[in-house]
Amino acid sequence: MRVNFTVNGRPQQADDVWEGESLLYVLRERLGLPGSKNACEQGECGSCTVRLDGVPVCSCLVAAGQAEGRDVVTVEGLADYARQRTQGEGEGTSLDAAQRWQAAGGTDSRTGEGGALAPIQQAFIDAGAVQCGFCTPGLLVASDELLERNPNPSDADIREALSGNLCRCTGYEKIMDAVRLAAARQSEGV
Amino acid sequence: MDFLRPASWEEALAAKAEHPTAVPIAGGTDVMVEINFDHRRPEYLLDLNRVGELHEWEAGEDTVRLGASVPYTAIMERLRAELPGLALAAHTVASPQIRNRGGVGGNLGTASPAGDAHPALLAAGAEVEVASAARGTRMIPIDAFYTGVKRNALQPDELIRAVHIAKADGPQQYSKVGTRNAMVIAVCAFGLALHPATRTVRTGIGSAAPTPVRATAAEEFLNAALEEGGFWDNGKIITPSAVKRFADLCAAACNPIDDVRGTAGYRRHAIGVLARRTLTWTWESYRDARRTTEGAA
Ligand SMILES: Cc1cc2nc3c(=O)[nH]c(=O)nc-3n(C[C@H](O)[C@H](O)[C@H](O)COP(=O)(O)OP(=O)(O)OC[C@H]3O[C@@H](n4cnc5c(N)ncnc54)[C@H](O)[C@@H]3O)c2cc1C
Ligand code: FES
Ligand code: FES
Repeated sequence: MRVNFTVNGRPQQADDVWEGESLLYVLRERLGLPGSKNACEQGECGSCTVRLDGVPVCSCLVAAGQAEGRDVVTVEGLADYARQRTQGEGEGTSLDAAQRWQAAGGTDSRTGEGGALAPIQQAFIDAGAVQCGFCTPGLLVASDELLERNPNPSDADIREALSGNLCRCTGYEKIMDAVRLAAARQSEGV
Repeated sequence: MDFLRPASWEEALAAKAEHPTAVPIAGGTDVMVEINFDHRRPEYLLDLNRVGELHEWEAGEDTVRLGASVPYTAIMERLRAELPGLALAAHTVASPQIRNRGGVGGNLGTASPAGDAHPALLAAGAEVEVASAARGTRMIPIDAFYTGVKRNALQPDELIRAVHIAKADGPQQYSKVGTRNAMVIAVCAFGLALHPATRTVRTGIGSAAPTPVRATAAEEFLNAALEEGGFWDNGKIITPSAVKRFADLCAAACNPIDDVRGTAGYRRHAIGVLARRTLTWTWESYRDARRTTEGAA
């Protein structure tokens, strides 16, 4: 079947979608957006977290057909999404730009220099919250949504908001630091 | 596989009548796991996401009519006053991502003995509103809904429209045993609701019998003990021996198994502990509320 939906602010179409396929599979394998990770395919790890009509969900548990006509934001579109939120209307991220995201603007993945990053992405880099990086996309999407909803979260709020995202490397402390850092920068308007 | 996308409730019932083997999919948090792992290959998936009324609720005089697909997040955030037991139970489900998608209709559809909504629904008192194109609507009392391990009273052509849950008329609690605070399926769970309006106590036990169950003998014992001692009127602390007897009867209502999450013996023991705790907590709130109203009078 064919699925028409909005991905990172632009209309997209996926063809030859199998009816039992997940939104995660469509994003990764049909649209070429591998940012959302597939670690468990059973809702346990959160590495596939995307926004569906603004709401954080595990894309591995959304049937592709359920995304028809709806609005999806993935980690590839997070920087544009965050910019639009603070600066008003924008044009979203084209599929091409999203697919090439890693290379976009020659971003240095160790420092974040040279690329357009969402504040939460820069904070993860600055706080050293990324080790193997497999959990990072899901954590970024979930953390960004938390800070949108609750600009000044307590530690308990952060833990709760990220309780559906597993990380096997960091021990979470640096991730907590990153979210606190992004919150502080957001409130200072930097 | 075919993907059916009814745009209205009538269309959904018609599709289910035409394809009784179609598997409804709401939040997908149970269904998609089965499909991803190839445990299930239904001929038809029946997507309920476009049926708007399933995502809505109405609070009436005595009950809340909770649409089958209202996500746990909304129950936690918006229905805490009317449905405190269910709101507490909802908060223990999985993670924010799962709670944003999953709801009570899916929990009832799966009818796992470990489903967190069940003990809260049993304790509050509820009826499940189901419908079919051929026979219209019928109401299934929650006590008659669970018919076996992961089995429920739905007919193949029926869908769950809503759950009618009694609005809280007194304190309610929900307690769950697991290895961490998020992302755990209950080792066992216990829901308790005080109903001062009818001077009754209701319970619900999860994950400690083939189906979710009430501890009926424990309820009967406690109802009689509270009545005899005039506790609803005098608001005294319930006699420890009565609390213990209640807890023992709750443990006796279990019919658990040994599995990876816990042994039968542990489950029985833990249900007794949860019963004692939730009774103590709810009774304390009842006494506090009484003191406040009396103080104001
Ligand atoms: C990682 C993870 C953790 C979880 N943790 C918990 C937990 O802590 N506690 C808990 O209780 N559950 C848990 N679950 C299970 C699941 O989230 C719940 O059972 C949830 O309530 C299912 O709701 P849903 O809308 O996603 O159901 P779906 O997956 O869409 O459907 C579940 C079943 O109900 C049927 N169904 C759905 N809607 C209807 C309807 N309107 N009429 C008739 N049948 C219908 C479906 O056909 C299917 O058989 C967890 C799941 C995952 C993936
Ligand atoms: S891949 Fe979706 S939650 Fe793990
Ligand atoms: S950084 Fe490796 S899993 Fe989180």
